[in-house]
Amino acid sequence: MVVLDAIHRIQALHANDLACRWNCKAGKCGSCSMEINGRPKLACMTRLSDYDPEETITVQPMKTFPIIKDLVTDVSFNYEVNKRIPPFKPKPRDADGNYRMMQKDVDRIQEFRKCIECFLCQDVCHVLRDHRRQDAFAGPRWFIRLASLEMHPLDTADRVSQIKEDFGIGFCNITKCCTEVCPEGIHITDNAIIPLKERLADRYYDPVMWLMRKITGKDRKK
Amino acid sequence: MAVSTNPADHAPAAGTRPGGHKDGFRATSRKDHWATEPLAVLIGLSLFIIYATWAAFQGNHYYVSPYLSPFYSPLLWVNPDAAGAAPVAHAWFGSWPQWWPAFIPISPSILILPFPGAFRFTCYYYRKAYYRSFAGMPPGCAVGPIPQHPYKGETKFLLFQNLHRYAMYIALIFVVVLWTDAVRAFFKDGRFGIGVGTVVLIINAALLSGYTFGCHSLRHLVGGRLDCFSCSSSCEARHSLWSKITGFNERHMQYAWMSLFWVAFTDFYVRMVSLGYIPDFNTWGR
Repeated sequence: MVVLDAIHRIQALHANDLACRWNCKAGKCGSCSMEINGRPKLACMTRLSDYDPEETITVQPMKTFPIIKDLVTDVSFNYEVNKRIPPFKPKPRDADGNYRMMQKDVDRIQEFRKCIECFLCQDVCHVLRDHRRQDAFAGPRWFIRLASLEMHPLDTADRVSQIKEDFGIGFCNITKCCTEVCPEGIHITDNAIIPLKERLADRYYDPVMWLMRKITGKDRKK
Repeated sequence: MAVSTNPADHAPAAGTRPGGHKDGFRATSRKDHWATEPLAVLIGLSLFIIYATWAAFQGNHYYVSPYLSPFYSPLLWVNPDAAGAAPVAHAWFGSWPQWWPAFIPISPSILILPFPGAFRFTCYYYRKAYYRSFAGMPPGCAVGPIPQHPYKGETKFLLFQNLHRYAMYIALIFVVVLWTDAVRAFFKDGRFGIGVGTVVLIINAALLSGYTFGCHSLRHLVGGRLDCFSCSSSCEARHSLWSKITGFNERHMQYAWMSLFWVAFTDFYVRMVSLGYIPDFNTWGR
């Protein structure tokens, strides 16, 4: 039995109007995100047997997002951020009309495709959760998406300046809570956020890179 | 199980948000022992900083043939008058300079320790560690941080963290120097041998290598900045290197702690042997 089952039991027997978002019950749709004993988790993947039988289990909605009702939150902030990300812009096809990518080129970005958009990483990120910098910071989920586009071997768009200015990656201080709560085990900080920060360092903070660009007259990408 | 359906029973308490969340430093609904980890990190890093600072300012008993403490390597200048000092021939630039200001302690360590210190201070792992443990930004996941109005993260004062790669370049030189010290420790007065100190120095160089080669900036520079790993033979070679560094990078935290502990232990061991408090078991005989 999982926490979501217990919520459904309460819903059926004690509080018919209790609002709770859910769908697959298999940890793949990302709908039943909530905070269980204060920790952002998927209710369908949290076993009751992991807790002391005498313990009171507390469930709360995600703190980062406005509450619609009970455990249901309004996560539309995320979709608004997503709309601002420049989409995939592939280079021209090969002469035979195909695109070609080697496995080693897609292995790295394949990890980011595992994201189920549960937004637990957005919930736990203190920049959004406590400091409320939704005005300036996109959040970990969108740095995964930006990394998957920026590292794509066929993509030609350049999003580095937007990652700095519009999506505010500098607000992230690498506390890795997003990685800790990710139910898909994506290494959000090590494989997406830090590599993007390093790309920013190449562009904006490294004087040697700046000098090399001036001498060679060309940018790294595109 | 009896569940109250009276909405009044479920209304948020005063000072909490509608979802029952609290605001403020250390505010959380977590019921586990979340403070254990930041507290352990706080204690561990504090102990290291205190010991390393003390050891760096001693300026003596950092050498006992053929072992040199890693806190004092590379040796730029040597003060031959200090007890337990290395022979002047070991120093890159000879005897301690006459122009050295009198108000600054004479210790070869203070000339070089800022560099590995900068490498660790700007390291992505240690940033996580000390932001949580020392700065409360935040102290734990889903735990209230110290309020900042407005929060700036690494966009203003902390922008210098983006120059971590320069500290890494210097750290790579230190790795070469420490391996050289470890290999030279097999030879005492021209005779090959092995002792406990040799093993200690080798482990120290190996752990510091594991930590340095797992650096996120190094991982980026050798291959991470490429979008296509298969586009040329040089890209293929860089992918191979990137993959190996990724292996170290996945254990960066473990190497960070093990190397931190061991480098302090190595200094402690050399110091104890130099002071004559403990013997060094070796094949040379005393």
